[in-house]
Amino acid sequence: MNAHISSAYDRDLEGITTLIMQMGGLVEEAILRAANSLANRDVEMAEAVRKADEAIDALEEQINEEAARTIALRAPVSKDLRTILSVLRLSASLERIGDYAKNIAKRTSVLVEMNPVPGADTALRRMAREVEQMLKDTLDAYVRGDAELAEVVRQRDQEVDQMYNALFREFLTFMMEDPRNITACMHLHFMAKNIERMGDLTTNMAEQVIYLVTGEMPEEARPKGDKTAFVVETG
Amino acid sequence: MLDDKYHVDRAVGTMQDNKITAKNVQVFYGETHAIKDVNVAISDKTVTAFIGPSGCGKSTFLRCLNRMNDTIDICRVTGDIHIDGEDIYDPRVDPVQLRAKVGMVFQKPNPFPKSIYDNVAYGPKIHGLAKTKSDLDEIVESSLSKAALWNEAKDRLHEAGTGMSGGQQQRLCIARAIATAPEVLLMDEPCSALDPIATAQVEELIDELRQSFSVVIVTHSMQQAARVSQKTAFFHLGNLVEFDDTDKIFTNPQDPRTESYISGRIG
Repeated sequence: MNAHISSAYDRDLEGITTLIMQMGGLVEEAILRAANSLANRDVEMAEAVRKADEAIDALEEQINEEAARTIALRAPVSKDLRTILSVLRLSASLERIGDYAKNIAKRTSVLVEMNPVPGADTALRRMAREVEQMLKDTLDAYVRGDAELAEVVRQRDQEVDQMYNALFREFLTFMMEDPRNITACMHLHFMAKNIERMGDLTTNMAEQVIYLVTGEMPEEARPKGDKTAFVVETG
Repeated sequence: MLDDKYHVDRAVGTMQDNKITAKNVQVFYGETHAIKDVNVAISDKTVTAFIGPSGCGKSTFLRCLNRMNDTIDICRVTGDIHIDGEDIYDPRVDPVQLRAKVGMVFQKPNPFPKSIYDNVAYGPKIHGLAKTKSDLDEIVESSLSKAALWNEAKDRLHEAGTGMSGGQQQRLCIARAIATAPEVLLMDEPCSALDPIATAQVEELIDELRQSFSVVIVTHSMQQAARVSQKTAFFHLGNLVEFDDTDKIFTNPQDPRTESYISGRIG
């Protein structure tokens, strides 16, 4: 894409992209640190994740303001318009993902007081890493304008869903085995669900990148892997 | 001729009622090739905007549609332009009659140095559209009303048209153009000499005129094209680069040259 005749316009758009990347970086870090704080029973790190969410929220606000300013002053059209529409949605998704990370950190502070559920921490950390990788690839796809990479991310969400399904069954089993596990398992289950939702939001972001690059939202349904709504019984 | 009246609009994939069909139109000014093989079908009861940088040929092409280029000696037009299936370059076509059917409004308001009434009544008079004075009064009133000027003009019909404000003068010119009951209205940058309020009034008017006419507007304001038109044609260096639904052109144009132009890029 050629440069604008008005170079200040290019600087404005680049500025917004930089803010999105900053926000994305903070959110990636929040996901990993939330999962690590659980695995390492690190209450201080969990507290740090909760604190860091303020910076993410502040960036979202800043991005919204910059986007509104650009719409008012530049009347963007075509790809420029799609860029502005996309950053608004990307920042909203990032903010939600940040909230989920914060929620995981909050539950970690409670969970450290309880007996660990075997294997759960590692499984959640693996799931969180997968989502963080998806997010990283989505942000790369955004910066490079790479719709193919975004499509790959979009397809990857079913892996996260499958991890979540497996954990869901595991937690059910633990709870049935010993009711004293219920509190911990409920918290862990919410964490798993949070990560699964992060995956969905990341997928939405990937679709936004496809829209930004191609001008069209992907139409074909992506594979969905969350089957837990249909679980009636477990062994 | 079915071919000229209808065509399959590749952009939307539907049959549309075409008012104007241009095929392989070339325009030369002496040695200069100003319009290069333009093919376009303009729908009835639709506002079509022509956009493009200065010198791209959009005004030249607009002027082909009512043979205004005939007045330029060195200008040569080839190809076919049909309005309602009729070849407007047929030697039997009287350009004066054609221009009554295909009205035109220019960049600078150019009322005749006559009264408001006479400005509007002139066309119907010379074309014999009114038999009696009351017929003529009626045409004047309805034209001024359609041009959203009646309320401002009704008490000063016999004052000079040139004494009005710029925006009023432009609406007077529009009233004059529609007084001959044209079917097509060509507008060559009709708002470039107007302030934003007068511009908004003329744009509102264009939207109303669409009920009755096929309107073709040349504009340098991309925002104006986006606001008033349903179809947009982008011209560049004498070529018609892209012609599509206006919202498509402004959200997701297919040609990189269109993209560059509308988003203000170098290229």
